[in-house]
Amino acid sequence: MAEPQASAIRTRGLNLWYGDFQALFDVDLDVAPKQVTSLIGPSGCGKSTLLRSINRINERIDSVRMEGEIRVLGHDVLAPEIEKAQLRKRVGMVFQRPNPLPLSIRDNVLFGWRIDHGGRPDKDEGEALLEESLRRVLLWDRVKDRLGQRATGLSLEEQQKLCIARLLPVQPQVLLMDEPCSALDPAATSAVEELIWELREQYTILLVTHNMAQARRASDDCVFMLMGKLVEKGPTGELFLTPQRQETADYIEGRYG
Amino acid sequence: MFERTVKDQRNQRTERLFRILFLLMSGVLIVPVFAVLGFLFYKGAPALSWAFLTTWPEDGMTAGGILPALFGTLWLVGVALLVSVPIGVAAAIYLSEYAKDNWMTRVINLAIINLAGVPSIVHALFGVGAFVLFFEFGTSILAASLTLAVMTLPVVIVSTREALQAVPQAFREASWSLGNTRWQTIRHVVLPNSGSGILTGIILEVSRTVGETVPVMFTGAAFFLPYLPTSVFDQTMAMSLHLFVVTTQVPGVPEQLPFGVALVLILMVLVLNSASILFRSRLRRRKKW
Ligand SMILES: Nc1ncnc2c1ncn2[C@@H]1O[C@H](COP(=O)(O)OP(=O)(O)OP(=O)(O)O)[C@@H](O)[C@H]1O
Ligand SMILES: [Mg+2]
Repeated sequence: MAEPQASAIRTRGLNLWYGDFQALFDVDLDVAPKQVTSLIGPSGCGKSTLLRSINRINERIDSVRMEGEIRVLGHDVLAPEIEKAQLRKRVGMVFQRPNPLPLSIRDNVLFGWRIDHGGRPDKDEGEALLEESLRRVLLWDRVKDRLGQRATGLSLEEQQKLCIARLLPVQPQVLLMDEPCSALDPAATSAVEELIWELREQYTILLVTHNMAQARRASDDCVFMLMGKLVEKGPTGELFLTPQRQETADYIEGRYG
Repeated sequence: MFERTVKDQRNQRTERLFRILFLLMSGVLIVPVFAVLGFLFYKGAPALSWAFLTTWPEDGMTAGGILPALFGTLWLVGVALLVSVPIGVAAAIYLSEYAKDNWMTRVINLAIINLAGVPSIVHALFGVGAFVLFFEFGTSILAASLTLAVMTLPVVIVSTREALQAVPQAFREASWSLGNTRWQTIRHVVLPNSGSGILTGIILEVSRTVGETVPVMFTGAAFFLPYLPTSVFDQTMAMSLHLFVVTTQVPGVPEQLPFGVALVLILMVLVLNSASILFRSRLRRRKKW
């Protein structure tokens, strides 16, 4: 049952193991709705692991074992009655390397929606969704004349935007983004960053990033992780100006990786 | 400071030596292939004609064509494929997409490897015991094809699994993260992107099946039959066995006849292999990842 909704994502006492290796320790995460929350920390501290446990895609790895509580939009998503497919439709994910499928631009955007609608989805509805989704990610004008072309021929920036657009037709409410700009050049990075900032009006966004400047520019709240533990969380401005913990200060000032 | 030293010269000599050695070895590989093909063409080409493929053997199999053997081989291979492809592909999908790495999976993998190593004469005996006698199919196309299917199953499984595993994990994750189930992902992402690879494996299986002699001889192929099979419970003639018969069992066969049969057999295999190479290159060109 849904509880009154304070946080869009909330984890309590989340522990995660890959086999014998513990990757997350008692993580208590809170992500406010319709804001961008950035997740920072040195390489290997468990950012991707945390992100991937929220839409439960981590469970596809045989050795993964999880303990604790994860609530998304007030629902306990580790409960047995939760349908993972439904969860993943509400919680979209963007990956580090843009991963369009080897299909046309149109087929990529409508991929999830068509399968969701079974045999014969309505064509006009599809075209309308296609335009709406591509407009939403500021790609429509650039690709509207070549919707039938292969998505793999687009620039990396366009591919990444397409990967975001692809999520929209199945109507997510939360977007998980795992270093979505790390494969992009600076110009493309700021374009995608602007898009993320724009999307927060409609979606709750959890953004993993290595880029301190990006976290500062493009997030409302910020969470700092170190070695599988959540060290500090707070409004981005405060966390960067007056970090409460020594480790946070050290990391922000670039004293580790 | 960068002059060549005695040691460098020695290294260079060794380098050249090995290069030539390896070149020779790869030559050794190619020579017999061309020798066999050339020899077959030289000896067998005079026997080839449209009539050779479409008429019956005559004069106690010392003249005439190979129609019933050709027809029978198509039957045998066709039925074997009908059995081995669905089972093999399904098993490969399970192993590649569903199976966890546990003892069950390891036992299955071990079984596949061992099945691939069983000599064909053993498969033939198994076929007799299981399909001809136990299931009472008699010596028939069905028994022979099932034997062939069991024999080639590991080939299908291994090649299909490789084709599936060549599909990037990122594609699967893209699909999963859109809320598609495992099966939807297999159906709409994995299979479309591995289809030509799977087909290649199947064609290679066919070309192996076409030439098998002992298993079909024990289980369903006859030396000579005056009629064409009409159902899978009939016996049939087969190309491979026919070649064996006209070469060793029938007196007074003109020399070109067995070579003609062999040539047709090898042409079937060659055509299939070229088809599989064609598929593979088409797959490579289509693949942009
Ligand atoms: N499939 C896996 N099996 C075993 N260990 C893993 C697996 N995936 C990640 N790990 C380990 O878990 C820890 C956390 O990894 P994770 O990928 O979450 O880190 P990260 O913070 O995202 O790092 P990066 O910034 O490099 O992406 C690492 O020590 C990593 O080696
Ligand atoms: Mg990561």
